[in-house]
Amino acid sequence: MSPFTVGLVVNPVAGLGGAVGLKGSDGAEVQREALSRGATPQAANRAAHAVRTLLSRHPATRIVTVPGAMGEHSAQASGAVFDLVGLPASPVTTPADTRAAVIALKDVDLLLFAGGDGTARDVLDAVRGLGVGAPPVLGVPAGVKVYSGCFALSPAAAGFAAADYAASPRRAEAEVVDLDEERYRHGRVSPRLYGVLAVPADRARLSGRKTGSSSAAPATVEGIAGEVVARMRPGVRYVLGPGATTTAVGRELDLVTTLLGVDVVEYQEGRSRLVASDVTEAELFALVNGHEAVAVLSVIGGQGFVLGRGNQQLSPRVLRAVQNLVVLATQQKLAALNGRPLLADTGEEDLDHKLAGHVQVITGYRESTVYRIAAASEENL
Amino acid sequence: MSSQAEPFAELPIAPKPPLRRFHQARWDEPIIFELSKTGRRGLAVPEAGAEKVELPESVRRAEPPRLPEMAQLHVLRHYLRLSQENLGVDLNIDVGQGTCTMKYSPKVNDQFANMIAELHPLQHEDTVQGVLEVYWRLERMLAEISGMSRVSLQPGSGSAAIYANIAMIRAYHAARGEGHRDQVITTMFSHPSNAACAKTAGYEVITLMPDADGYPDIEALRAAVGPRTAALLITNPEDTGIFNPRIREFVELVHGVGGLACYDQANANGILGITRARDAGFDLCHFNLHKTFSTPHACGGPAAGACGVSPELEPFLPGPMVDRTDDRFTLTFPEMSVGKIRPFLGVTPNVVRAYAWIMAMGAEGLREVAETAVLNNNYLMHKVLQIPGASAPWDKRRVEQVRYSWQELSEETGVHSEEIGVRAADFGVHYWTSHHPYVVPEPFTLEPTESYSMEDLDEYAAILAHVADEARADPEFVKGAPYNQTVHKIDMTPLDDPKQWAPTWRAYVRKHLRGEPQ
Repeated sequence: MSPFTVGLVVNPVAGLGGAVGLKGSDGAEVQREALSRGATPQAANRAAHAVRTLLSRHPATRIVTVPGAMGEHSAQASGAVFDLVGLPASPVTTPADTRAAVIALKDVDLLLFAGGDGTARDVLDAVRGLGVGAPPVLGVPAGVKVYSGCFALSPAAAGFAAADYAASPRRAEAEVVDLDEERYRHGRVSPRLYGVLAVPADRARLSGRKTGSSSAAPATVEGIAGEVVARMRPGVRYVLGPGATTTAVGRELDLVTTLLGVDVVEYQEGRSRLVASDVTEAELFALVNGHEAVAVLSVIGGQGFVLGRGNQQLSPRVLRAVQNLVVLATQQKLAALNGRPLLADTGEEDLDHKLAGHVQVITGYRESTVYRIAAASEENL
Repeated sequence: MSSQAEPFAELPIAPKPPLRRFHQARWDEPIIFELSKTGRRGLAVPEAGAEKVELPESVRRAEPPRLPEMAQLHVLRHYLRLSQENLGVDLNIDVGQGTCTMKYSPKVNDQFANMIAELHPLQHEDTVQGVLEVYWRLERMLAEISGMSRVSLQPGSGSAAIYANIAMIRAYHAARGEGHRDQVITTMFSHPSNAACAKTAGYEVITLMPDADGYPDIEALRAAVGPRTAALLITNPEDTGIFNPRIREFVELVHGVGGLACYDQANANGILGITRARDAGFDLCHFNLHKTFSTPHACGGPAAGACGVSPELEPFLPGPMVDRTDDRFTLTFPEMSVGKIRPFLGVTPNVVRAYAWIMAMGAEGLREVAETAVLNNNYLMHKVLQIPGASAPWDKRRVEQVRYSWQELSEETGVHSEEIGVRAADFGVHYWTSHHPYVVPEPFTLEPTESYSMEDLDEYAAILAHVADEARADPEFVKGAPYNQTVHKIDMTPLDDPKQWAPTWRAYVRKHLRGEPQ
């Protein structure tokens, strides 16, 4: 049996901007500015920490990486014996280098990458190109912005999760989100959902429970989808926003909807109908204007955005035309907001204020909560 | 041999180390049915001079019950062995059962319970007036403690009591022609049995999340209540140990739309003699007699629960109830009763124990229980918060328990709260993290009642501090725990697979030995 093989990719400039107040490290200019402000690269150390933890837990792991700062240096620092794949070491690393490294390491059992949300996007791009044979990935948090679900809580946690995956190779899906750094520097947080990556399923290790419960996340997402469909009425058009949870609603209806786009469906007992897929704002408006319609939206990323992030097709005039908003989120996702409200940023502050208040959020089958939603401009982010 | 053997203790005997060198017993004991040998008997000597009793044919079994056949020694040995393979409240500092609330059950109360052990539940009420009086008196005491007008003692557990309350709520609305009310509101930090019972009874459950201060969001409640609201089911203090000071407003909001308010007082250790459910306007409440009134948990049952109701809900109480007439006690069935929650009157031995405990305490003693429980909790919190990496989110005063977090330690070491609880078991204590979803990251909940001494709490905190140190020095070591326990890592997935469940020996034989279909 071949040993458990882990690929390592490091974005050596990830996290450079954070400590010096640049709120990110995307782009060569920002990276130069960060270095001139005295930033010291941390990603390599954090990657080495994760590898050390992995090897202490699962010593038989074979580490494969790419030459230079994008892996080799971290593998060396971790004390691991490792193999290199042939790839020229590049003095200045770019997103293209990250993608090339992922492709070069495509045959591993698990790909460990150190970086932030920008790095996760590059990994996602490469993994998409690899198709169904792509390895699962796990992020070592090393960036300024780490909002995507594909990251472990800490370098050590990444090492442990990787080792657990060796023993129990079960996968789950995690969302990749990123925000526009230029806007973020001006105080506007605008995360967007880019897609999903296969990650190790975070095994419910020793979750001492009083009784069996369906607390596992996938079951909850199916439960949410079941509840949405149970509430659907014939003749109403349902606008499904982007996200894994709304995609599950499509699955529950036996329809193939898009992960990143906005789709419109109609419910019929036994045979529901996909009215339109991946619609533009204008197409959407034409479908809901003068027709009874309900928008079904999930919560994007760690900030709680429901409107205005990745679903700009739901413009102010569309939102005025729909009769109701249904928000979907697992209890875990709401818990991660730490009491902060959901956010609406429709592009019209007046409309945001009208939407502000409390909204019902479906959290499972026959389960919901009522949660505060606020105009994004009101919130001190 | 001699080079590896441990010497006899040198005299004088060295002091014990600060942490116990504990090791759990493993007897590899079979199930009692597997120990049965046909014809073996224990001996129960009849009372001298007792007359022989011949049972009439009509009540004799055609076949003897299929009970294990064993000698007395083997029965005793079997149960002593099982008792050693345990970490119950009589063996460990049991403050970490994660909202299960363990307190000491004085053994003298077992002797009182033994005095009624030979009663038959179908005896005529004229022959059990003493037991009926105990039921009636305990009911009156719990009514006084909660401010409610009547209390049912029939439920066999806390969750059964919540379910009885939900059943009464449903019957109340149905009787008023308001059966359309199909939503129950609860809070994230109310005991999860509330949401579970409401869901089991067919209600849609709306769970209010905590706001930024750790209180349930009252504005969310305002938005959630309406014509579909059947009831609010709420715990206070919540499982965080934080008391909701606006609880009366919560009740009034629900009353304002015609809903009922139901108070989970399973663990009332922080409020006995200090505040009462009815005084905050609640229509129903429940106690777990084992969490607050010192009866045994009985390892999942039968324990005992008590449901208290306002005058408006009395007609719907489970039956039978014990009423007092001028000269005797009698069983009655409330006119619109939801029926029986369990057979017969209730778990009578626990009713007797709770009665004896309250009588021993008196009213002042009950208040002292609350004050001691709160003092113990705040003392332990002071000790735990000195451990680097431990925190108590929201920086609020706590009543009788605290939901702590190891988030800081976990991010630093990769060691999870569950793993710290398991490593603690190597020192003869433990905690349990049944707090999904983890609103408080890496949670652990400690709730010392009045039972534990200062030395107990010092020992418990010292064990946690030691394990936190270990996690920093050698996280792998903590993750590999336990080392001094006989059961190691447990895969919890069978809990979600009914095909694997075998709640009785008969079910085990049928499913797993004979392989018969479900």
